[in-house]
Amino acid sequence: MPVLDYIEAIRLAMKEEMERDPDVFVLGEDVGVKGGVFTTTKGLQQQFGETRVMDTPLSESAIAGVAIGAAMYGMKPIAEMQYSDFMFPATNQIISEAAKIRYRSNNDWSCPLVIRAPIGGGIFGGLYHSQCPESVFFGTPGLKIVAPYTPADAKGLLTAAIRDPDPVLFFENKKCYTLVNGSVPEGDYTVPIGKSNVLREGDDITVISYSLPLHFALQAAEELAAEGISAHILDLRSLQPLDKEGILEAARRTGKVLIIHEDNKTGGIGAEVSAIIAEEMLYELDAPIRRLCGPDVPAMPINPPGEKFFMLNKDKVLEAMRELALY
Amino acid sequence: MNQPPVGSLSRHRELGLSDEDAVQMYAKMRTARMFDERVLLLQRAGKINFHVSGIGQEAAQVAAAWALDRDRDYFLPYYRDYGFVLSVGMTLRELMLSVFAKAEDPTSGGRQMPGHFGHKRLRIVTGSSPVTTQVPHAVGIALAAKMKGEQRVSFVTFGEGSSNQGDFHEGCNFAGVHKLPVILMCENNQYAISVPVHKQLGGKVADRAIGYGFTGLRVDGNDPLAVYGVVKEAHRRALAGEGPTLVEAMMYRLSPHSTSDNDLAYRTKEEVDENRAKDGVLSFRQYLIDAGAWSVEKDEELTAAIRRELDEATKYADEAPFPEAESTLLHVYADGSEGGK
Repeated sequence: MPVLDYIEAIRLAMKEEMERDPDVFVLGEDVGVKGGVFTTTKGLQQQFGETRVMDTPLSESAIAGVAIGAAMYGMKPIAEMQYSDFMFPATNQIISEAAKIRYRSNNDWSCPLVIRAPIGGGIFGGLYHSQCPESVFFGTPGLKIVAPYTPADAKGLLTAAIRDPDPVLFFENKKCYTLVNGSVPEGDYTVPIGKSNVLREGDDITVISYSLPLHFALQAAEELAAEGISAHILDLRSLQPLDKEGILEAARRTGKVLIIHEDNKTGGIGAEVSAIIAEEMLYELDAPIRRLCGPDVPAMPINPPGEKFFMLNKDKVLEAMRELALY
Repeated sequence: MNQPPVGSLSRHRELGLSDEDAVQMYAKMRTARMFDERVLLLQRAGKINFHVSGIGQEAAQVAAAWALDRDRDYFLPYYRDYGFVLSVGMTLRELMLSVFAKAEDPTSGGRQMPGHFGHKRLRIVTGSSPVTTQVPHAVGIALAAKMKGEQRVSFVTFGEGSSNQGDFHEGCNFAGVHKLPVILMCENNQYAISVPVHKQLGGKVADRAIGYGFTGLRVDGNDPLAVYGVVKEAHRRALAGEGPTLVEAMMYRLSPHSTSDNDLAYRTKEEVDENRAKDGVLSFRQYLIDAGAWSVEKDEELTAAIRRELDEATKYADEAPFPEAESTLLHVYADGSEGGK
C-alpha cells in the first residue's frame, strides 16, 4: 500500500472520482490555477480543465448555492470552502437549502453535494483561520458530517461522500494535511458514512474522539499502557449521523468515557455523545462522563502561548486519560 | 421589423403569438386570479390556515412563462407565482392539494406552506421561505446545463425587497462571470410586506445588472405582451451564449402580503384602487376583445369553466387525506431508515 500524506489522499479521492464520473466537479476559491491555498486541488485543473475545476468568485454563499443548483440538476459538485471559518456566509444555503431539499420536496428533489472545509488550529491562524465549526452544523437533520483523521479514512470517506445521494460536509483537519501520513489501500474503496471505528482495544477507559485529537489519544494510550492503563479508542468518523450503537458498545467496554474534541466544549459533539451514553446506560458507568475540549472562547488567539493554551496535545490528553483511569 | 403603433390590436401577432396563444395566456391569468380569490375565501372561511397571494402579478407571470421553453427549461418561481406554475403545467387540483396540505400535494406532500413550489417532472425546482436563496440555485442549474452541453435556460423570480439579499448579488455576479443561460425576473410589486419600494431601493433593480456585466431591463408588468417580448429576447440571448438577463417587471401587489397581513395599516385604499384600475389581467382581456379574439360571452364561459374546475379541485383537496402523522419522519436522507429518529 502506498504511503500518502493526508492532503494527498484527499486530492487522490477527488482525482479518482472525477476520472470515474464525469458529473463530479470541483468549485471554490483558488482551486484552479493555484491548486488551492493548501494545494489540495493541485494538478486537478491541468488534468480536468477549467470547467471541472472551477475558480469561483470570492463568494461563499454563491459557491454553496451554485453547487446546490448543479446538484439538483444531477451533477455531483465538490464545493471547497477555503477555511471552515469562512463558510458562515454559506450557512443559510447549507442549513436552509441543502439540508432540507429532499425533505421539503417529499423526496422529489435531492442534493448530492459535498462541501469540503479545513478545520482546526495550531498553525498560527488566529481567530479566523483556526476554527472548528462542527457544532454549528451538527444537529441539522438532512446533513451528513464526516471528519477523518488518517489519509486512508480521508480518501475512503471523501469517496463515500462524493457518491452519497445527500449533502455531506467533509471537515478535513488542516494540521493533518502534511503532518499525518500513512498507507492508503490501493484501488477503489469507501469508508461507510455513519459508522464509527475502533482504533484500539482496551479495558480501563474509553476515549471517543474524531479528527486530529485521535493522534494524541493513540500516542497517550501507548504511554499509558506502560503504566498498566489499557485504553479503548473509538473514532466517530461520522459526526452525523452518529453511530449510536458503536458509541454505546465502546462505552460499555470500560464503563469510563472520555470524549475529546478541539471544537469548544459547550454544545459540541461531545455533549450529544455524552447524552446518548447517559440516556442509554447511565447505571452501567463506573465514572462520570468526562469531556476534554477547546475552551469556551470565541476562537483561538494567534499568539503562541494563547494558541498552545487553546490547542489539545498529547500531554493534555494523557493527563485526562490517566485521571479518568484512576477515578 | 416595424414596431406596431401603441394601441395596435395586432401586437401579439407581431410577437409571433397567434390569437389562440394570446387567449390561452389570458385564460391562465384568469385561472390564477380566480384560484387566488378562492383560496382567500377558503382562508377566511377557516377551511385552510394561510395563503400568500399573487393578485396583481399574474399578467407578467404568465407572459414570462409563455416566452420560455416550457418543455425544457428549469423554473425557480417565488411564492406568489401561481400564474407562472399554472402556465408551466401545474393544475388547480395540485395547487389545492398544497393549499390544504394534503398527502398528495406534489410540491411537498403537505409539508410546506402553500406557494413553496416544487415539481420535478415539470422542472419546477423546490423552494424555501428564506428569500432569494433560489437565485444561486438557478445559476447552478444554468451552469450544469452548460457543462453538460444541454440547451436549457433557467428562469428565476423574486421580489424587489429580496433583491437586496446577498444571494441575489452573489448569484448575479457568478452568472455574469460565466455568461450563464439564466433569466432573472424581479416582480417589483412595490411592497416588501409593509415596506414600500422607496425604502427598499436607492436605485432601480434593473440597473444592478450593469454591475454584473449583463443586460438589465425594466418592463411594464401589467403589459403581458411587453413582458413576453422582453423575456423572449432574454431567452434567445441565453441560448445564444450571450449570458444572463435581469428583467424588472413593474407591477403592484393588489392583495395584502398574506392572509396574516392588514395592508391598510401601511397604505391607503385609494392607492390600491388606483392600481386596481391598471390591472394587467383586465386590460389584457379588453385588448383581446378589441382585437376580435375574445368576447364577453366567451369570458363568461371561461369564468364558469374555471369555477367548475375550482369547485372540483377544492372538493377533491378538501376530502383528500392528510399525510400519515408518522410520515413526518420520512425522507430526511435517501435511505429513510437513517432519518427522524
